Amino acid sequence: MSGFGITVAFWILAALTLASAGGVMASRNLIHAVLFLIVAFLGVSGFFILLSADFLAMAQIIIYVGAISVLILFAIVLTPRAERDNSETSMVLPALLLGTTLAAVLLFVLYDANWNVTNVEPGLSAEVLGSALLSVWVLPFELASVLLTAALVGALMIVRRQEDEEGDSAS
Amino acid sequence: MLSFLATDHWYDLRDLANLYRVVLEGLDHIFPTGLVYVLTALLGFIAFFVVFVLPSQLYVGVYGERRLIGRMQARQGPNRVGPLGLLQPVADAIKLLQKEALTPRSADRLIMWAAPVLFVAPAILIFAVIPFGPRMVFADIPVSLMYFLAISSLPVIASFMAGWSSNNKYSLFGAMRIVAMSISYEIPLVLGLLAVSVLSGTMSLQGMVYWQQDIPTWMILIQPIAFAVYFIGVSAELNRTPTDIAEAESEIVAGYLTEYSGMRWGLFYGMDIAYALGASAFAATIFFGGWSLFGLEQWVPPWLIFILKTYLFYFVFIWTRGTLPRLRIDQLMSFAWKFLLPIALINLLVVAVERLIWTSNDLPDAIVWAFGAVNIVLMVGIVFIWAKVFKYDPKKRPTKPRLVNEPGGYRPVDLEQGGPSL
Repeated sequence: MSGFGITVAFWILAALTLASAGGVMASRNLIHAVLFLIVAFLGVSGFFILLSADFLAMAQIIIYVGAISVLILFAIVLTPRAERDNSETSMVLPALLLGTTLAAVLLFVLYDANWNVTNVEPGLSAEVLGSALLSVWVLPFELASVLLTAALVGALMIVRRQEDEEGDSAS
Repeated sequence: MLSFLATDHWYDLRDLANLYRVVLEGLDHIFPTGLVYVLTALLGFIAFFVVFVLPSQLYVGVYGERRLIGRMQARQGPNRVGPLGLLQPVADAIKLLQKEALTPRSADRLIMWAAPVLFVAPAILIFAVIPFGPRMVFADIPVSLMYFLAISSLPVIASFMAGWSSNNKYSLFGAMRIVAMSISYEIPLVLGLLAVSVLSGTMSLQGMVYWQQDIPTWMILIQPIAFAVYFIGVSAELNRTPTDIAEAESEIVAGYLTEYSGMRWGLFYGMDIAYALGASAFAATIFFGGWSLFGLEQWVPPWLIFILKTYLFYFVFIWTRGTLPRLRIDQLMSFAWKFLLPIALINLLVVAVERLIWTSNDLPDAIVWAFGAVNIVLMVGIVFIWAKVFKYDPKKRPTKPRLVNEPGGYRPVDLEQGGPSL
């Protein structure tokens, strides 16, 4: 990264993402939390654009903002009593401990890693990504799709009640 | 790639970029260095506004739509303000600006205030990737198709915010409906566009225009299923009338807009038109050859061809709005999941096979026409068979009336009894 504009953009995006991530934790209202989460997702996609990974940035917005956040909003609206404020729970201390430990591990890895400067042309085009996914990484790619399908079928099985199945087989 | 005959002279209006460049070069001499970069954005915005947004928004969107729908519904439409009612959009805007924008006491003020603002931003961002000519495109990024999809998923969240923050049950219904619809219709929409992208081998909108210019063909002839899926999906996402269950005034007052008034409501109304124009521009680019018109673009300004194609597509939106009745939410949902999604999937499979045959055998470009013929036949077959599977059997001519006019309204006829014959 070089240039005045890119540096400014990085710091603005960093502030935006961190502030909205903090908002997700701090806001008592669930809908507000999801809206903050959307801003955080948009900030992350901004980082992808700064790294010249346009495809990843767009996929980030389509999947996380366009699909997952919207699903979360839908789930909150459909959940009874979801509008009540997030009250204090007894899990505050364990959560703090876990969060601090995770942050410590990540910071340690970040400082300890041997960061190299490569001469590879920056930018990850959709063609390169696509052919890599379907040639070298085809097995993990297919496994991920099988996993997602399994999750979908599993979710369906959980929400189906016994009576529904009997009704289906009878008809 | 056909050579573009437009020259670099400033008076060559076939490419407005020339005029723009000359103006900016002149300004660069006058003003200190660097200021011209700021002026570029400002001037580009103003020029875009004057050439495209203002006429489209006011005269195709507000005035033309109301006049045409009035015509279809056998009434006059706006015809009082100015000659032929041409000043009606201006009068509307002034009226909306004067009205008070109310906020209910129990509403979530911040979100309710932010929702119209967040609704406007993506409408302007969408036009950044639309090519108006060979060199007239703001951002010619290689993934502009995905950019369009990404940006068009943002207004849903703004609409949800509007509906939720109003703290009104009808608004919340509207918000839930819009969220459910956008989840359902996004999937066939993306699959349809994926088929287009597979066939043309590019995700750049400019690349797709060049692809259609090279063959030469229009994508709608090669990919009729993708076009049908796109049109239905996008009109559901945009809340256009046959599918506007999120603001169905006969069921839930005005949906997510119930508590909005004044210019806040006006922003939603205006940007709905802007989104429809954006979707039309996108469809004109992908399915109707964009700024190219079989060689004519070398003589007629390409941006003019493109804008006319956009308006033509927008007319289809108005047409469906004026002629089709509104659907129920369960009909729309089952249509998306049971009808559009399987058809889009089959289309994707067929297109992938065709693309494989084309590239692996080094066939000439003219083979695309054969694919087009195959696809059109397939489309008719698939739609027919799939409708048969769902036992959709429309009567060509109804032989018996279904409703009888009686004092107090219509009542359904008891068909067992036979009822009066027509």
